[in-house]
Amino acid sequence: MSKMIQRYTAKERNNHWVVSIAFVLAGLSGLALFHPAFFFLTNLFGGGPWTRILHPFIGAVMFLSFIAMAARFWRFNHFTAADRQWMKRIGDVIRNRDQGLPELGKYNAGQKYLFWIMVVSIPVLLLSGMVIWQPWFAPYFPIWLLRVAVVIHALAAWIMILGIVVHVYAAIWVRGTVRAMTRGTVSEAWAKHHHRAWYREMTGK
Amino acid sequence: MALQSLDIKARSATTTPSPVARGEAIKVAKLIDISKCIGCKACQAACMEWNDLRDAVGTNVGIYDNPRDLSDQSWTVMRFSEVEVEQGRLEWLIRKDGCMHCDDPGCLKACPSPGAIVQYANGIVDFHEEHCIGCGYCITGCPFDIPRISKKDNKAYKCTLCSDRVGVGLEPACVKTCPTGAIVFGSKADMIHHAEGRITDLKERGYQNAGLYDPQGVGGTHVMYVLQHADKPELYANLPKDPHISPLVSLWKGVTKPLMSLGIGLAVFAGFFHFVTAGPKEVEEEEEKTD
Ligand code: HEM
Ligand code: SF4
Ligand code: SF4
Repeated sequence: MSKMIQRYTAKERNNHWVVSIAFVLAGLSGLALFHPAFFFLTNLFGGGPWTRILHPFIGAVMFLSFIAMAARFWRFNHFTAADRQWMKRIGDVIRNRDQGLPELGKYNAGQKYLFWIMVVSIPVLLLSGMVIWQPWFAPYFPIWLLRVAVVIHALAAWIMILGIVVHVYAAIWVRGTVRAMTRGTVSEAWAKHHHRAWYREMTGK
Repeated sequence: MALQSLDIKARSATTTPSPVARGEAIKVAKLIDISKCIGCKACQAACMEWNDLRDAVGTNVGIYDNPRDLSDQSWTVMRFSEVEVEQGRLEWLIRKDGCMHCDDPGCLKACPSPGAIVQYANGIVDFHEEHCIGCGYCITGCPFDIPRISKKDNKAYKCTLCSDRVGVGLEPACVKTCPTGAIVFGSKADMIHHAEGRITDLKERGYQNAGLYDPQGVGGTHVMYVLQHADKPELYANLPKDPHISPLVSLWKGVTKPLMSLGIGLAVFAGFFHFVTAGPKEVEEEEEKTD
């Protein structure tokens, strides 16, 4: 086994997992009300009324923890020329033909897109969610706004869920990635292969 | 015999058919003749009494509307409008507000909880509070701003059209009590017929635009009004002229969601089949060694 490089500190990992757990719980409790096919998911939360009560609070936890995470990772997520090059070869990336890909920093363009989708969607979910939050806030808004908010909320949630499906799959697909978030480290070979510019920065090689 | 599960025609958040063994039932309707209403609020009192509801004593805000609005305890309220349809001729229009029992109920369409809202074969739309989760979606679905969520139990409430009375062959409490006969109840066909007679009468008395309010945008309603000015329903405390389920609600509850759900499912399968096809992205051994 090659040497390991630190990718995430314990604080960053815990922050990430709070966001992920809250996301999964918010997603499951939201989907329960999204379509009758998913209503059975209310059983995971102690029934319909409890699902309705818990969902917005879980969402709020996710929002707050995401703010902290976004602040930590913001500066690594600016697009660069290398990212544009990489995006042009996305077809090769998907087919595992990685020879001659540009040298990337800490994140690739796909990860950056996900980051910015989250940066937009999560505040949208919070704001639209507040508008339809019974019994606390919803009574203060006009009905037309409730109608708009509920559609936007469902749409933003859908985009996020799709994004996260891709995110989770990518972590499983690209071998050696999951330990970055469980143990905080990745192998030098992994870093060199996927994020060479970041690897150089970390090791000075 | 009370209305029972065999009589349920539509059920919220349910994607399979309702029981149809009994076949078509007679559609009922309540007809409210605004030209006969004197605003005595006996119907409000009867509603409270039959349904055992007591709203908090409110404050007088200088108009006759009291209580000010519908609530979990007030399923019907009289709305008073002072209008001059013709210059210099004041009219006092008093509309008994409450659930219209839409044939195509937006509340039922929006509700995410199976069986929290049902529509009986006779047309009555009823909330079954034991299944209500208090999400308020029915409020977004209703074109008439009717459902109210209780601050005490977070359940949604509205007029039941006295489904418990109708089920045993009685008329709704408000109908029984109305001293002027402004509210009548029967089969929808009979009520339309009755309304025609009233409208002819009103036209003879100079109300050229008298007519029946049975808005087709929501499939017709099982509570109908005889209006002196059917061309301007807005005069009656903003009764909507052409109510229909909001396009946003149709978008939100229509084909979009099955498609979105399918999209999520496809994304998961796409990942699985990609893995089976392309395999994991592994860092090659030589790469590990070189450096
Ligand atoms: C950020 C804070 C959030 C707040 C305040 C919030 C609030 C709400 C509220 C009030 C509802 C209506 C049902 C209920 O009362 O429980 C709802 C529904 C829903 N939420 Fe959230 N939510 C948030 C985050 C999320 C997240 C992160 C997701 C998932 C990815 C999500 C997915 C959904 C879905 C799918 C629905 C059902 C929408 C529908 O019926 O079409 N929400 N949310
Ligand atoms: S508040 Fe109750 S009746 Fe209204 S939509 Fe939600 S579950 Fe259905
Ligand atoms: S008036 Fe509103 S609450 Fe009554 S049946 Fe129609 S949509 Fe439902």
